[in-house]
Amino acid sequence: MSSKSQDVEALIGQKYRHGFVTDIESDSLPPGLDEDVVRAISLKKKEPAFLLDWRLKAFRHWQTMQEPNWAHVHYKPIDYQDISYYSAPRAPQNAPRSLDEVDPKLLATYAKLGIPLHERARLAGVAVDAVFDSVSVATTFKEKLGKAGVVFCSFSDAVRDHPQLIERYLGSIVPPGDNFFAALNSAVFSDGSFVYVPPGVRCPMELSTYFRINAAKTGQFERTLIVAAEGASVSYLEGCTAPMRDENQLHAAVVELIALDDAQIKYSTVQNWYPGDENGLGGIYNFVTKRGECRGRNSKISWTQVETGSAITWKYPSCVLKGENSIGEFYSVAVANNYQQADTGTKMIHIGRNTKSTIVSKGISAGHAENTYRGLVKILPSAAGARNFTQCDSLLMGAKCAAHTFPYMEVKNPTATVEHEASTSKIGEDQLFYCLQRGISAEDAVNMIVSGFCKVVFKELPMEFAVEAQNLLSVSLEGAVG
Amino acid sequence: MLLKISELSARVAGKEILKGINLEVEAGEVHAIMGPNGSGKSTLAQVLAGREDYEVTGGSVLFEGRDLLTLPPEERARAGLFLGFQYPVEIPGVNNVYLLKAALNAKRKAAGEPEVDAYEFLALIKQKMKLMQMSETFLTRGVNEGFSGGEKKRNEVLQMLVLEPKLAILDETDSGLDIDALKVVSTGVNSLRDSKRAVVLVTHYQRLLDYIVPDRVHVLSAGRILKSGDRSLALELERRGYDWVKESKVA
Repeated sequence: MSSKSQDVEALIGQKYRHGFVTDIESDSLPPGLDEDVVRAISLKKKEPAFLLDWRLKAFRHWQTMQEPNWAHVHYKPIDYQDISYYSAPRAPQNAPRSLDEVDPKLLATYAKLGIPLHERARLAGVAVDAVFDSVSVATTFKEKLGKAGVVFCSFSDAVRDHPQLIERYLGSIVPPGDNFFAALNSAVFSDGSFVYVPPGVRCPMELSTYFRINAAKTGQFERTLIVAAEGASVSYLEGCTAPMRDENQLHAAVVELIALDDAQIKYSTVQNWYPGDENGLGGIYNFVTKRGECRGRNSKISWTQVETGSAITWKYPSCVLKGENSIGEFYSVAVANNYQQADTGTKMIHIGRNTKSTIVSKGISAGHAENTYRGLVKILPSAAGARNFTQCDSLLMGAKCAAHTFPYMEVKNPTATVEHEASTSKIGEDQLFYCLQRGISAEDAVNMIVSGFCKVVFKELPMEFAVEAQNLLSVSLEGAVG
Repeated sequence: MLLKISELSARVAGKEILKGINLEVEAGEVHAIMGPNGSGKSTLAQVLAGREDYEVTGGSVLFEGRDLLTLPPEERARAGLFLGFQYPVEIPGVNNVYLLKAALNAKRKAAGEPEVDAYEFLALIKQKMKLMQMSETFLTRGVNEGFSGGEKKRNEVLQMLVLEPKLAILDETDSGLDIDALKVVSTGVNSLRDSKRAVVLVTHYQRLLDYIVPDRVHVLSAGRILKSGDRSLALELERRGYDWVKESKVA
């Protein structure tokens, strides 16, 4: 079997394919965080006064807060004074106004990531917003979307062009003081994406954002806000990558979704931040707050996530089901290999009558990884007829990893129905041997078994990304069994 | 000589199970290996297929003159060795047909043959499924997912028919089958019999041998082949039990 283990080693060597650094001049604030830094960020972005006030309030609140420690993850204390809170590629003038003005090196970076902003967007019919370190560098298909009335732009542009929408919705789902990382984000967020789909409009294409951390010693704090007005629908995908570095880098994002009457938002994530090396050195700390509110009747919010990257993931995309008959969904595949730690899950808060939620979580652990599902299903007294179905499955590869499940349920209405199914299985030596005995190679067999395990989640992804997710999964688990 | 086993010893979890097995199988033959529980029948099957937790401590196995024991399990399979599992495992979410197509193509690739395309494959598998009297719902189900015991065994034989191995080792493929299913499985196995292939049946029961008539019958006990004979040995075993063989050996 020596030839096989050599192959596996070769594959591990090429494992993280997005770990390059782009040599580009950047305009960064020095490390450190105080009110002046918050003011400087706001000034750099020429923000209106309401936003600066909002940031300062968040910052002052953050200073009174403690970093949470209830998650099942372990890491050295983060020195918040050692992080740079703003880094932007230096442009000849100010920010580029069109793709032609974007630095060619940046475009080359996105091409390496498999996102040539020009062609890929055009071919796939997907509109892409790309965020590089702290700023959005380009948004494709702006005009075509504009014709449909859809606003899809960087957060900074939205602040400039649609301040009333920002003022109305920003922080309405995740308030600035919601939690430690959300408060930090509210104080120092630099950019992100904004989507507004007007009443009755079905967004004519998939929207997507690619986030990329490039500069060393920087944190990334983006903010995404998506509003689907009455009867509107939109499908949005985010992808994330970062260079390989020995030190840990912080990513603390906030995503807010709002669905009004009869509106639908589908939010998919393929998260592939640098996970650290096979000894657990380096990698991204991914502390993210994502929440959607089904504010209107018959509205629907669906989260699908494929989490393969990051040294630490702390993330619970949630749905607040206010509107009658509204629906919340959470489909998740979380992979943790080597020394990765993931603590992820969802919260489904049922407020309205006949609200319905579905949770399907698939956790895969390999190497020395720790993988935790943490979920809350809360049915308030007002939520008559509410229904929840939860399914949590864990797959273990090897003997040194661990899977944990913490399902919380609070049911305060007797007419509610809550179902929970859970399973833990080891990627069977039996399953593997069965495939080998049929002539299938170990790598193909593992891929097959793992994709089978994740199938129900992958089929929720937009088609063109399902293939990408599957590939990502096999790269993440290369060498995990063999 | 298709298969030549000489003085094969093996242990599992530190315990010696096989203690010097000698067996020769020619192409075109059907052999039955019988014996009481714990005699080492399944261990022999697993060792031949290359299961890692079974440690070979001595002896040799030649498959078409090649040293079988140095090959990893997937290469043994591609070289034409098939194991019908006693307890076929479920692989949820992996389509039954997808696995089988991947298996056939892995084998064809190793032989330098072009891969089959989806249409060819579907035609092939439908033909074999008809022989095994399996409904077309098998095409869309996961590997052994929710299959009854009998369905799993049929599925093993179906896989064997598609992969057309040179040597098929069927580990208690008859256990848990009712008489109708036993006939179907036997028809499947018999359809594979020809002058180029061989079948080794591991079984407890003479009953199977009424439908798949063996050329040779061996009695395995405590890790050794105590007695070999023709078909009549199986009938005698049924009449007189395994103790008779053990006693006659001692005598």
